[in-house]
Amino acid sequence: MKAVRLVLLQIKYQERAFRRNPAAAFFTIAFPLIFLVILNVIFGGNDLDLGDRVISGATFYIPAIAALTIVNSCYTSIAMSWVFDRDGGVLKRVRGSPLPPWAFLFGRIAHAVILMLALLVLVVLFGWLFYDVDVPGQTMPAVLVTLAVGAFSFCALGFAIASMVPNADAAPAVVNASILPLLFISDVFIPPDAGTPAWVEHLSSVFPVRHLSEALQTGFNPFETGAGFEPVHLAVIAAWGVAGLLVTLRFSSWEPRV
Amino acid sequence: MAEAVIEVRGLRKRYGELEAVRGIDLRIERGEVFALLGPNGAGKTTTVEILEGHRSRTAGEVSVLGFDPGRNEVALKERMGIVLQHTGLEPYLTVSETVDMFRGFYPRPLPLDEVLEVVGLEEQRDQRVRRLSGGQQRRLDVAVGLAGDPELLFLDEPTTGFDPTARRGAWAMIRSLRELGKTVLLTTHYLDEAQALADRVAIMVRGEIVAEDTPAGLVAADADAVIRFRAPQGTALPDGLGLREADEGLIEARTADPTRDLNALTSWALAEGVELEDLTVSRLSLEDVFLRLTDEGDGEVAS
Repeated sequence: MKAVRLVLLQIKYQERAFRRNPAAAFFTIAFPLIFLVILNVIFGGNDLDLGDRVISGATFYIPAIAALTIVNSCYTSIAMSWVFDRDGGVLKRVRGSPLPPWAFLFGRIAHAVILMLALLVLVVLFGWLFYDVDVPGQTMPAVLVTLAVGAFSFCALGFAIASMVPNADAAPAVVNASILPLLFISDVFIPPDAGTPAWVEHLSSVFPVRHLSEALQTGFNPFETGAGFEPVHLAVIAAWGVAGLLVTLRFSSWEPRV
Repeated sequence: MAEAVIEVRGLRKRYGELEAVRGIDLRIERGEVFALLGPNGAGKTTTVEILEGHRSRTAGEVSVLGFDPGRNEVALKERMGIVLQHTGLEPYLTVSETVDMFRGFYPRPLPLDEVLEVVGLEEQRDQRVRRLSGGQQRRLDVAVGLAGDPELLFLDEPTTGFDPTARRGAWAMIRSLRELGKTVLLTTHYLDEAQALADRVAIMVRGEIVAEDTPAGLVAADADAVIRFRAPQGTALPDGLGLREADEGLIEARTADPTRDLNALTSWALAEGVELEDLTVSRLSLEDVFLRLTDEGDGEVAS
């Protein structure tokens, strides 16, 4: 009971602080929609021939932006806020109080996941209203499982990269450099029929972003007749998550690096 | 003997080649305001961070409220408050929200109004943290340290960077902590602060405690007074009084018998027709003692 109360306390004050910074809140919310609109304007008019199916550009970009949202809400924002809190002494202060570290962690993760879910609802709703994209029906359980595995793994990887970043000044550079290239080579920003060389696809298959975007593509595929589960993709994402967790447990620190 | 809240024996901390803390002993009793004084780099913060549980130690025994802080136990953290030198607080929360959040971490928190009253932030209670002045933010740091109604409070350089008015305010606040019966371990490099606030002072230099006493005791342990004056350049000074040149062109002598030595000095001056400008006789200040202990003024001291 006490544990639940402490986590809820964290979430309450995190949400409040988030809402009180309207500029940050606005752009956090607008970010995926801006990408959704831009990519649709540029590439959305053409139908995509994916070999087994032909879909509209917009149908491709809803799950792609959903993948971006998961990566951004979990990986990028967790990594940034953890490094900033570490440098700013927030973590040290928590560590000197009786608040258990895991309660603080759960508060952070819960905040990220709540925000992620809100943004995903917004993206899907936007696609349904303006781009005539179907909301997943019988594949919904598969989409939700993908979200859960994705959220776990990208949060864990966010903490892991934070433990590698030396200080707050380096955080934006390191975090962005580690994730933006993957978003470009993993069928998130650029559709798969754009002539991506095979070796690039093989390379990106090592990393979790491609597996996340492909699992979501299946979940949002209007021609999908099965449940839409992608066990191989999910396994790769989860394996990265476990690796991230191990790195975090080994190298994470609550104090600024000297 | 009163109950010891902090007891340290033979504490050592080594960072690679550097030994930051070289075997110190400390005993701080319940209800005391104890100041750990020393120049920058003397090992004060390292010592305090070991007591707070933020740092491991290389050797020695440490007991804080009966616990070993190195074991990171919640039961200890519930009974102590830490005010760090640099702390991050959520800028978009208000003062009372911030204190309330921290109160929520403790089993028996101090009432919100009481916390705000002690630190003097009643009027700012609904202000966002980012709108507070530097001094007010420091008070909020203390408020957060007090939120759990700790028996023991660590204050790491609580007034560094304050203007004189804000410092007086902070001092009044620390005195009121004593009235609440809190044990306070204060680190500072301001001598007047230690003198004004502390029941006992330990002076730390290069990882060792070189003196420990009440502020008055530290001063009394030395010669009783110091005579200072200026004399024209090239004057041949009398022997036997221990006169030596000090800073700013002053000549000074420490003396255990100021009446006799002053008489000898003024008699000599009258006989020789020497004008003793800016002649003063004063008690040694804590600063005089401190400078001598920190290697004849070699230690870097802000005043």
